Amino acid sequence: MTTLEQVRKRAEADAKTYGYYLTPQPELLQGFLEGLKINEDRYGYPLCPCRLTSGKFEYDRDIICPCDYRDPDVAEYGACYCRLYVNKEVYESKNLPEVPERRPLEKQGRAYGIDAAKQAPPQGTQEKPPTPAPATTQAEKAKTEVKKKLWYCKQCGYVVFREDPPYICPICKAKKEMFAEVESKIEFNG
Amino acid sequence: MQFSKVSGKKNDHKVTLFALSTCVWCKLTKQFLNENDVSYEFVDVDLLDEEEKEKARQAITSKGGSLSYPTTIVDDKVVITGFRKDKLKEALGV
Repeated sequence: MTTLEQVRKRAEADAKTYGYYLTPQPELLQGFLEGLKINEDRYGYPLCPCRLTSGKFEYDRDIICPCDYRDPDVAEYGACYCRLYVNKEVYESKNLPEVPERRPLEKQGRAYGIDAAKQAPPQGTQEKPPTPAPATTQAEKAKTEVKKKLWYCKQCGYVVFREDPPYICPICKAKKEMFAEVESKIEFNG
Repeated sequence: MQFSKVSGKKNDHKVTLFALSTCVWCKLTKQFLNENDVSYEFVDVDLLDEEEKEKARQAITSKGGSLSYPTTIVDDKVVITGFRKDKLKEALGV
């Protein structure tokens, strides 16, 4: 079982790596870390304490702390959705901003057992993959499994196998738009 | 869906809080309501079973709320997303 101290050390190390700070209010910080620990004990991974889980790893993949949305949220608002991670300015001013939920609706719906494919995609979403997905039949859409693909960063070549490309490349910091799907073709001869 | 009821002297509004047991902002919302002696009912959605989670989802979205926590619904019409002291004060008159 993870100790609170381990959760704290991990968060501190991650903040340092990315040039962020942990929330400046000690009692809030304690609460976030406790929430993360409870979720890690409950689900086996440090799920975001401020979001509802499906309890299924593949569905929750994007909201395991630090979540997929942290980097774009800190860049835009100065803090992540929970406000566990903040930038220097927020840390020093101690004024925590309001951070709206960036996670797409169809992914939120998975926590309630809703098939993502059956829901209309939210408007203005940035979640669209750069290449259009091939048309699927209703029967195929009914499947609830997460469709993972290989994505590569056109800038540095980093390759990742998951549903969507990351918002920011963890290696070279290129934006999501720099990611493209790896097209693979298998030919059988003879 | 089983709501926990907290009674307070200030009971002129129907206050329903959808919360997560792990969420700091939800705890602060409960604390705020307690400190202001407001009567309210709440449910920790992360502790519900699948069927009840869906009921909670419908209860929130039918009032036009987004699926963020905490969501406070005052008198079945005012939906407050997040721990917003200013909005809670205005809606509850505290």
